[in-house]
Amino acid sequence: MSNSVTDTPSSSPKRSFFQTLELDTRLLGMIGAFILVALVFNILTDGRFLTPRNIFNLTIQTVSVAIMATGMVFIIVTRHIDLSVGAVLAACSALMAMTQVRFLPETLGLGHWAIPWITIAVGITLGAVIGAVNGWLVGYQGIPAFIVTLGGFLIWRNVGWYQTGGQTIGPLDQTFMMFGGINGTLGGTASWIVGVVAVLFTIFAIFNARRTKASHGFAVKPLWAEVALAGILTSAIVGFIAILTSYQVPERVVARDPAKYGCEIAEGCTPVYGLPISVLLLIAIAAIMTVIARKTRFGRYIFATGGNPDAAALSGINTRLLTVKIFALMGVLCAIAAVVASSRLANHSNDLGTLDELRVIAAAVIGGTALSGGIGTIYGAILGALIMQSLQSGMAMVGVDAPLQNIVVGVVLVVAVFIDIQYRKRVGGK
Amino acid sequence: MAPLVEMKNISIAFGGVQAVDDVSISLEAGEVVGLLGHNGAGKSTLIKILSGAYKMDSGEIWIDGQKAQITSPRDARDYNIETIYQTLALADNLDAASNLFLGRELTTPLGFVDDDRMEAETRKIMARLNPNFKKLKEPVSALSGGQRQSVAIARAVYFNAKILIMDEPTAALGVHETAMVADLIQELKKQGLGIFLISHDTREMMELCDRVAVMKNGRMIGAERVEDVTEDDILSMIILGKNPKVAA
Repeated sequence: MSNSVTDTPSSSPKRSFFQTLELDTRLLGMIGAFILVALVFNILTDGRFLTPRNIFNLTIQTVSVAIMATGMVFIIVTRHIDLSVGAVLAACSALMAMTQVRFLPETLGLGHWAIPWITIAVGITLGAVIGAVNGWLVGYQGIPAFIVTLGGFLIWRNVGWYQTGGQTIGPLDQTFMMFGGINGTLGGTASWIVGVVAVLFTIFAIFNARRTKASHGFAVKPLWAEVALAGILTSAIVGFIAILTSYQVPERVVARDPAKYGCEIAEGCTPVYGLPISVLLLIAIAAIMTVIARKTRFGRYIFATGGNPDAAALSGINTRLLTVKIFALMGVLCAIAAVVASSRLANHSNDLGTLDELRVIAAAVIGGTALSGGIGTIYGAILGALIMQSLQSGMAMVGVDAPLQNIVVGVVLVVAVFIDIQYRKRVGGK
Repeated sequence: MAPLVEMKNISIAFGGVQAVDDVSISLEAGEVVGLLGHNGAGKSTLIKILSGAYKMDSGEIWIDGQKAQITSPRDARDYNIETIYQTLALADNLDAASNLFLGRELTTPLGFVDDDRMEAETRKIMARLNPNFKKLKEPVSALSGGQRQSVAIARAVYFNAKILIMDEPTAALGVHETAMVADLIQELKKQGLGIFLISHDTREMMELCDRVAVMKNGRMIGAERVEDVTEDDILSMIILGKNPKVAA
């Protein structure tokens, strides 16, 4: 893939355009695959796939799985697996639903401002505790993660079921539901502010990195490459915001509560949805997880342990405690995903997050996380989640039969890993 | 003056197997002590107790005349004990700098790992140890055996080790690189480091070491100055488990 650019006689330095940009060729391949999927579905649906509305829906549908996939990267990188994420999501969601609909209104009173925040804290605590227990069983007791989390898969969904008595719990708190997607968006102005901040930060980060490298006397890529990279990222951010801010709130929705959208009356007022809070949350989590992976000792130890557990232990890394931390982090992310998933549907139901463990693992693996350990990226996992969700909703829009949809997703999963293995064989490494 | 390292009456068992049985050995500053013996004689196990990878069942370790508590690799590092393992103990998916600083990353004032500074330091030490070393950005899985070895050695040398343990440092190397390791050992010795060297190559040991200690079945057969013994003496210690010096 990386060598596919043929050397023309004039290109004396043997570096292709992409090599000079120092972009990850795997990432480019995935983005290419994603664009291909989007274009094909856009043609098949007569242009309905790439409308602002569908792109908006696609992003909010992806958030929950994508959030968990970032944590699954760390789990798989350290050669473990977590089959319980969907069930943990359900358990956290059940507890949070009961907390905000039953427990807290009885003590604090219905509609108290603190209810959503206490609820989220309770949910995250439960997720962290479940994850830590899983990690302790795996790290300190040496039970294979497959078994521990297979048990958890059966346990936690049904713990949630017990808690709610099998009922669907709702409606959820209004503020809580802001994290669900369509019920909580930034609108036009705030979305653009976020976009501008993101662009400025990106440009700053690129040139700051260049300056530090230069100060150590390392070779830096040519200035035009940095500018080109900044240009590409800027247009991607601006394009994304432009799409989301061109999705207008339907007039009948505005008419229900014009004040909510800053309108005096519904007629003639055309507010837009803009950036959903849940997507903002995903972006924040992705940024934090990327920083953890690349810039913290914790992240360095995760990858070192995945690459060679013995070497990590001999280097003085407490790999057992590390396992506990990784699984606890996964639990926290499941809880956050539970906030998004349940508030998107406006209530908690027992089947929330069913099969999510498979989607999350598939997203991480399609995103280039190797089950043999040591390799994986956060952005890859998110792109993997996006590709899977695009395939699924695209096929649903085209009207592909349900069994065929799953067959296609299954085939894509295996083919993606096949391509990945072939690619790694060619570029060396494992 | 007290020896640099004194391991006294060390024993460790795995299940029913007494891997190291009441072994005592010492190491002076500026001395190279070779450990010889068959596979399974207990050399690596003994050395892993000193490097903190294993916890001994009984015995004492004294360093610079002080009783030392070594229960983890981190403890050993605190006593300036560095180890180059036979397997090199590198994380193949990480680059040279990440491996060199693994467990001891340089950080920025904000607590983030400072990759640029670590790379700069790695360049410096590599320029000294192996000037041909250029692949700083690539995962160490892409390196040759000799290059991987230099990463492992750099890791031990960079942190100002006082006690260096080398477990078969030349096993995977070519002639040229083996000579390089021999030179390095001489240089470190001059700097006053104490070195434990494990090898199967008796001749190499006779050249590099001041003393050789022979183990068999977990027991210490004897430790002799190289000038006092012949290669045949050592071989008979390894094979028969008897010290001709004591017998004579």
